[in-house]
Amino acid sequence: MEIILSIAIGVMTSCGVWLILRPRTYQVIIGLSLLSYAVNLFIFSVGGVKTNVPPILSEGGGHDLLADPVPQALVLTAIVIGFATTALFLVVLLASRGMTGTDHVDGRGEKR
Amino acid sequence: MNGWSHHLIIAPILIPLVAAAILVVIDERQRVTKAMVSLVSMLLLLTVAFILFRIESGPNGYEGVYLLGNWSAPFGIVLVLDGLSALMLLLTASVAVAALVYSLARWHAMGSHFHSMFQLLLMGVNGAFLTGDLFNLFVFFEVMLAASYGLLLHGSGQLRVKAGMHYIAVNLAAALLFLIGVSLIYGTAGTLNMADLAARIPDMEADRRMLMEAGAGVLGIAFLIKAGMWPLCFWLPTAYSAASAPVAGVFAILSKLGIYVILRLTMLLFDNGPSAGFGSTVLLYGGMATLIFGTIGILASQALGRLAGFSVLVSSGTLLMVLGINDGAVSSGALLYLVSSTLTISAFFMLIELVERSQDAGANVLAVTMEAYGDADEDEPEEGDGVTMPGTMAILGTCFAMCGILLSGLPPLSGFIAKFAMLSAMMGTGAIGVPPTAPVWTLIILVILSGVAALISMTRVGIRTFWTSLEGVVPRVLVIEIVPVMFLLALTLFLTVQANSAMQYMDTTIRTLSNPSLYIDAVRNATVVPGVDDGTGGGH
Repeated sequence: MEIILSIAIGVMTSCGVWLILRPRTYQVIIGLSLLSYAVNLFIFSVGGVKTNVPPILSEGGGHDLLADPVPQALVLTAIVIGFATTALFLVVLLASRGMTGTDHVDGRGEKR
Repeated sequence: MNGWSHHLIIAPILIPLVAAAILVVIDERQRVTKAMVSLVSMLLLLTVAFILFRIESGPNGYEGVYLLGNWSAPFGIVLVLDGLSALMLLLTASVAVAALVYSLARWHAMGSHFHSMFQLLLMGVNGAFLTGDLFNLFVFFEVMLAASYGLLLHGSGQLRVKAGMHYIAVNLAAALLFLIGVSLIYGTAGTLNMADLAARIPDMEADRRMLMEAGAGVLGIAFLIKAGMWPLCFWLPTAYSAASAPVAGVFAILSKLGIYVILRLTMLLFDNGPSAGFGSTVLLYGGMATLIFGTIGILASQALGRLAGFSVLVSSGTLLMVLGINDGAVSSGALLYLVSSTLTISAFFMLIELVERSQDAGANVLAVTMEAYGDADEDEPEEGDGVTMPGTMAILGTCFAMCGILLSGLPPLSGFIAKFAMLSAMMGTGAIGVPPTAPVWTLIILVILSGVAALISMTRVGIRTFWTSLEGVVPRVLVIEIVPVMFLLALTLFLTVQANSAMQYMDTTIRTLSNPSLYIDAVRNATVVPGVDDGTGGGH
């Protein structure tokens, strides 16, 4: 379980980093999205990976029967904020495409 | 602090939030109504910030802990008001009120939702200054950033969209680093409350400590991007010079927000224990590199906007270096420098637009620079109505000279006093009395050189602008455009006259900060309000 999660985070992060270094705006935004998925999974995993355990302390139950609720709350907030800012970036990206006629991040390159 | 005045702590967050909500629903055509709502909110904010500042500069410090939802400290979210946050709130409100009044001349009508975004930006900034919780800091940071994206693009134009795109991409990546840092810290320390964290860090096990320090380092990078430390700063001059004048004026506070968080967290979390002084070497040498880069940038810039952008870097670099030294007497001088340089840079950004109005856009050196950094096709807003300022060139020239004196740190204004306080403390004549080491000597030389560079550059631009033959037309400057600039410069004048009490306030603030147990105890001992324990509001 842990190993699969770590590999998933690692693969998504490396793809994301490669993509945000690319010159096309579309690649940058996909890279940022991939990175934010990786970060969300990472936040989720810092509370410890547990299956079939509720995030609420039941009566008489010990710490083993409890999934840490804080990372779950954090990741929810992070997802919402990440979604909103990515949507905003998409709008700016389209505006830039419309104004410069190219999807290069610096507005350079051949017009298409 | 008790009774109603206790609730004032949350007012700097609530006032702009409510104002922004009202402003969203008011139709865009009713400009006067919108401007009035925005202005009223701004004046309220300034009043509240001033009252909080007065309370905080009174005899009793740390009583400003506000438990949101009446949950006690490590479980609930807290707002903490101390000398530093009260000072920053007042500084933010002063800069923002000037920028808002300036924008009323014409910029606020250049696009939609200017006032809402402006208020939300203030909400985010104020929240970040007040919060005592790392994750809430993230949320307020994001509120501020989202609003700043919109404000940077305000007025549109190809140059702004390009700069805005870079700004958003850099800050989205920084937000991800922020999250990684916060989650690493939570994973190792098990808390995100700053006071609780500060209490736990000294006794942390070695294997966890390493991960925690890695998390803190990643978190620090997110703030250093905001503060503009070299080599994370290449977006800053372009973005700030592309922004419209009032927006750039208020953005001057954003880079100080990064500095504030670094100051707060290093003094609180890494005061004692095995992690003491964590990151100070990075801050010292990073600050030096930033200062060198900013100085070269100032000397190289032809356009006034970029000159101001690089001045932000010089200011950040100086402050980061001082944080790296981590010495009480130097830090209190640096706080004064922070206030003085923020006011100056904000005034300078707004002044630039007025000065550049007198220049013929096609026939000056700017054209070359503009060509290098993008097309100079930004739409100039139509001229506003209102009273024109008489004796325009004389007043503009005086303001420009004051900005030059303040930026280069020449006597008699507050820029000099702040630099003098820092340098004399570094040389060992201050409270500490330790002879300076080699890095400190380098630092002293760099600070003085950056001042000389600012002086050379400002003189060069000033001669070109004000002493040229009168080919350019005398610009039409409205009273409400020049008054905010004069207001900010008058504040630096006030700082100069009241330098003694200002320095005393900074000294007290730094002394309180360098004793983290005060902060920790204040937050831990904050008691819930009794009698409202009806199941919804929490408590015990």
